Amino acid sequence: MTGRAADREGPVRDPGLARERTRLAWRRTVLAVSVVAVLATRLALTRGTAGTVLAALTGLGWLAVLVATFPRYAGSAPRSGPGASGAHRLALPLAALVSAGFAVLGVLLVLAPMR
Amino acid sequence: MIVFEAIRRWFDPHELREIGETPDYRFSLANERTFLAWLRTGLALVGGGLAVAQFLPPLPVRHLREVLAIALLLLGGAVAIRAVDHWARAERAIRLGRELPASRFPALLALLVGLGAVLLVVAVLVQAVRQS
Repeated sequence: MTGRAADREGPVRDPGLARERTRLAWRRTVLAVSVVAVLATRLALTRGTAGTVLAALTGLGWLAVLVATFPRYAGSAPRSGPGASGAHRLALPLAALVSAGFAVLGVLLVLAPMR
Repeated sequence: MIVFEAIRRWFDPHELREIGETPDYRFSLANERTFLAWLRTGLALVGGGLAVAQFLPPLPVRHLREVLAIALLLLGGAVAIRAVDHWARAERAIRLGRELPASRFPALLALLVGLGAVLLVVAVLVQAVRQS
C-alpha cells in the first residue's frame, strides 16, 4: 500500500493547520492596515485643521479593525468542527470598508490644498 | 437597488450562516484567506497611492503625481470592496453547492496595472529624450 495517509484514512486529519494559516493571513492583513493607517495619518497631518480631523478618523478606523478582528488574529486555541469559523463574520466587511475608507480619505487629502 | 442588496448580503448572518448546508469549515477558511489576500492587494495599492502623494517629488508633467496617487487610491478602494463582495458570493455558492462565481475582475486589474506601468515608462522615456 503506497497511498498517502490522507487517502487511506478517509476523513482528512487536520491538526488545525487551516485555522493557523488563516490566523497568520489575518496578522499579515492587520499589519498592512496598520502601515496604510500610518501613511494616511502622516499625509493628513500636513493638511492643517481639516487634516487633523481626517487623521483622527484614520486612527478610529484603524482601532475599529484592530478590535473587531482581534478574535481572528489573536492566538486563541484552535477549535475544530463545523461552524467554528462562523463567529465574528462582521470583521471581514468591516476590514474591507475601512480599507476603502482609507482610499477615499487619501483622495480627499491629495485634492486638499497643502499648508 | 442592486447595490444595497449586495451590501446587505455582506453583513446578513442568515445569508452566510443558515442558507444551504454548512460546508467543511476548511472551505470557509480558504474563502476567507482568499478575501484576505485580495484585501492586502487593495491595501498595497492604497499604500502605494499614499506614498506617491507624499514621498514623490513633483513630476515634470503637471499634476501627474496627483493623478497617479488618485488612480492608485481608487483602484485600491475598488479592490477592497470587490474583495468582500466576492467573498460573500463565494460563501453563498459554497453553501448552496453551486459553482463559484466567475469574475473578469482579476484580468481587468492586471490590464489596468500593466497599462499604467506602460504609460509611466513612456512618460519617463519622453522626459529623458527631451532632456538629452
